[in-house]
Amino acid sequence: MAHATVTVSDSPVAVRHWAARPRVGGTLVLAAVVALAPLLMRNNYAYDVATQVALNAIVCVGLNLLIGYAGQISLGHAGFFALGGYGSAILATRYGVPVWVSLPLACALVGGLAFVIGRPTLRLKGHTLAMATLGLGIIISIVLSTEDRWTGGPDGMAVPPLVLFGWIVKGERIWYWLAGGALLLAVWLALNLIESPTGRALRALHGSEVASETLGIRSARYKLQVFVLSAVFAAVAGALTAHYAGFITPAKASFMHSVELVIMVVFGGMASIFGAVVGAAVLTVLPQLLTVLQDYEMMVFGAVLVGTMVFFPQGIVPTLARWWARRWS
Amino acid sequence: MNAAAPLLDIRNLSKAFGGVHAIEGLAMQVQRGAVHSVIGPNGAGKTSLINMLSGVYRPDTGSIRLAGRELFGEPVHAFAAAGIGRTFQNLQVFFNMTALENVMTGRHLRDRCSLFAALLHTPALVRAETACRDAARALLRQVGLAGYEDVPSASMPYGALKRLEIARALGAQPLLLLLDEPAAGLNATEAREIDALIRRLAAEGTTVVLVEHNMRLVMEVSDHIFVLDHGRKLAEGTPAEVAADARVIEAYLGTGSGHEQEATPGAAYA
Amino acid sequence: MSGAWLQFIASGLTAGAIYALVALGFSIIYNASTAINFAQGEFVMIGGMSAATLWASGVPLALALPAAIGAAVLVALIVEKVAIEPARHSGTVTLIIITIGVSLFLRGLAQVVWGKGVHRLPAFTSEAPISFMGATILPQSLWVLVGAAVAVAALSAFYGRTLMGKAMLATSYNRLAAQLVGINTRGVLFASFGLAAALGALGGVLIAPIAFTSYDAGIMLGLKGFAAAMLGGLGSFPGAVIGGIVLGLLEGLGAGFVSSAYKDAIAFVVILAVLFLMPGGILGARNSDRV
Repeated sequence: MAHATVTVSDSPVAVRHWAARPRVGGTLVLAAVVALAPLLMRNNYAYDVATQVALNAIVCVGLNLLIGYAGQISLGHAGFFALGGYGSAILATRYGVPVWVSLPLACALVGGLAFVIGRPTLRLKGHTLAMATLGLGIIISIVLSTEDRWTGGPDGMAVPPLVLFGWIVKGERIWYWLAGGALLLAVWLALNLIESPTGRALRALHGSEVASETLGIRSARYKLQVFVLSAVFAAVAGALTAHYAGFITPAKASFMHSVELVIMVVFGGMASIFGAVVGAAVLTVLPQLLTVLQDYEMMVFGAVLVGTMVFFPQGIVPTLARWWARRWS
Repeated sequence: MNAAAPLLDIRNLSKAFGGVHAIEGLAMQVQRGAVHSVIGPNGAGKTSLINMLSGVYRPDTGSIRLAGRELFGEPVHAFAAAGIGRTFQNLQVFFNMTALENVMTGRHLRDRCSLFAALLHTPALVRAETACRDAARALLRQVGLAGYEDVPSASMPYGALKRLEIARALGAQPLLLLLDEPAAGLNATEAREIDALIRRLAAEGTTVVLVEHNMRLVMEVSDHIFVLDHGRKLAEGTPAEVAADARVIEAYLGTGSGHEQEATPGAAYA
Repeated sequence: MSGAWLQFIASGLTAGAIYALVALGFSIIYNASTAINFAQGEFVMIGGMSAATLWASGVPLALALPAAIGAAVLVALIVEKVAIEPARHSGTVTLIIITIGVSLFLRGLAQVVWGKGVHRLPAFTSEAPISFMGATILPQSLWVLVGAAVAVAALSAFYGRTLMGKAMLATSYNRLAAQLVGINTRGVLFASFGLAAALGALGGVLIAPIAFTSYDAGIMLGLKGFAAAMLGGLGSFPGAVIGGIVLGLLEGLGAGFVSSAYKDAIAFVVILAVLFLMPGGILGARNSDRV
């Protein structure tokens, strides 16, 4: 009965079964990593890097839902990241909103913005969608740089620290736990989403948009949902980053930053939540480790991106998962 | 049975692509619970018709009524919501999912949830997911793919994929199932399995519209045959009627040939 | 007031001519592969930077300019072989990401080779501005306009009169048909990259005397050139030229009369407007979408 199997060139085979099932198992492993990593950290610098990893990973998890699962693209996600940070900072400094309110409020506003611009934008596909998101991201970064009365201009603005229950959250170690916890929450939400009818609808969209429509899946609605969700994830990470660093600049909204985020997602793994985390980890830590390569950083990133897309278009984690699965089958 | 209102009622359907009239002034009725086949030479407009009946193409004019409800101008997902399911001639399987996930996705209209429920995995959702999984397993069994549940669909053989699409389309429990060349590319054994599957579906009350070139299958499984040629109706009737129809014989062969008996659509099977 | 108008128009046309050259590059590669080459801006940068370096080390301009263009073409051909060809069957998103990676790599390489500093080329003839009806125009601007016009004319001749050019045009109309009549479509893609790089690098050397060049000069030029290509209709050559000129004028007039701080944003607002309102661009993009 066996006939020629059908092969697919573009739509990535989601091998997330190994990496993401069981949902509970994978999250527990991640939780263990978060809990135990400090044993390896000898100084505040290590905590700082780890915190950055966690915060980047939050953006990447959201972006992975958009790019890897739903098959869309965004070259402007740094815009949402920066707006989360600036939004919370402006609400806190200009309007005296306490940070524990300004943070979620800013993120909700960014979600609203993503909803409004998502509707017309997601009607586009492929390179037109890429260009539209790129254009939006750059417009956001130009506005942030220019409206200096609000944003402090190209040099950025100071951001007040996060105050929770009257207690100032400051310092690398505390922030590590906060960021790690936020990451676990983000991963849990994302995994839940994947294993749900909505998650299947997204993956169906990526697999065959026409077939999914004939099953009653309203592609516009789901694309918008995942776009808004990923924007909110980026805004949360951006706001947390801003309050952690005490500072934010328009560079956080730059095209380069958007591209870095895409590289992390693509490298770590399309359609793989843990891949997104791994991608964020590797590409945040690597430049820190190889300070010798500081000058070559851009070249290395570029080469990584090209190499990954040419040789492992599915990304590291799914490719490794497949090798692993084959070894044991 | 013929006195009852048809499930699908098509009037004056037309669609042109530039100067090419894919379908012109078509009228067709499909009775509830029947297996209704659409046949015709290549280029007759069969796939265009299926695309219009599933909402993928928008007709230029005409009326498409399903159980009395007018569907002209509606978006694709509205056709699905109204109760029309379909398979594709050139497989549109979700190759990024396993067989089971494909069929579970087919149940979308029954199972969809809010974003909140999806993110939080409410107990209600968990229960619904279990039910969905069980239903999808049953559908896979029904089409004879019981062992393929967790197999990535990209690794499945062609014949299995054709059946997978049918299982997926059934997930939404459609009133009307459109099958676009389900036996294309299959060998005789596989085609017989499809034949048996269609008969089971019909026996259970699903109305089927079948586009097919495999004449043995068409003759054996159909209650009613509709012959298309150059976008217009050429003939219709029971398999026996159509097989004997002079116009059908002519369209498939041209005029005045001594070889009529062998090559006509139904001749060997009438 | 008319002096100001003329000034803005002049500077707008100059920028527009460069955008047109970059846009042509985008359209050429799009026609050969339906891929958007995000690295197009880097070819512009390589042209300008190579010329500046060669001239700074004593090479006369007349040699440095063609050598710089040649360098950019060489880089483009290598890129096509190494990064694009292996992935030519991948989907749109993959190819976009690959070209972004290429642009990053080239920019990083430029940073390593040439540093982060700003480089300049001397004006081709004279630096002395010409006074014309109340506006001040640089002679180099005229070189830009003339250079771009010559390039466009040469391109037309190439496509219309040479066999290679006709083969490339045929591929852009229908790839499969072109293959069936024996056209080597892989070769067409290869040549397209070279041609696009040549046009981009030409733009780079023409503009370098006016707007100094640096390792990251390519980003904005590339993106704006793409905006121009979309504005005129991606894949259309007259569209690329018209799009470039229109975009340059919009920028010049917008910066002059509305707000100079938001000058860079104009191109991106234009991209969004085109994508949302008329995705086919002014002249309508060459689209082959099978239903």
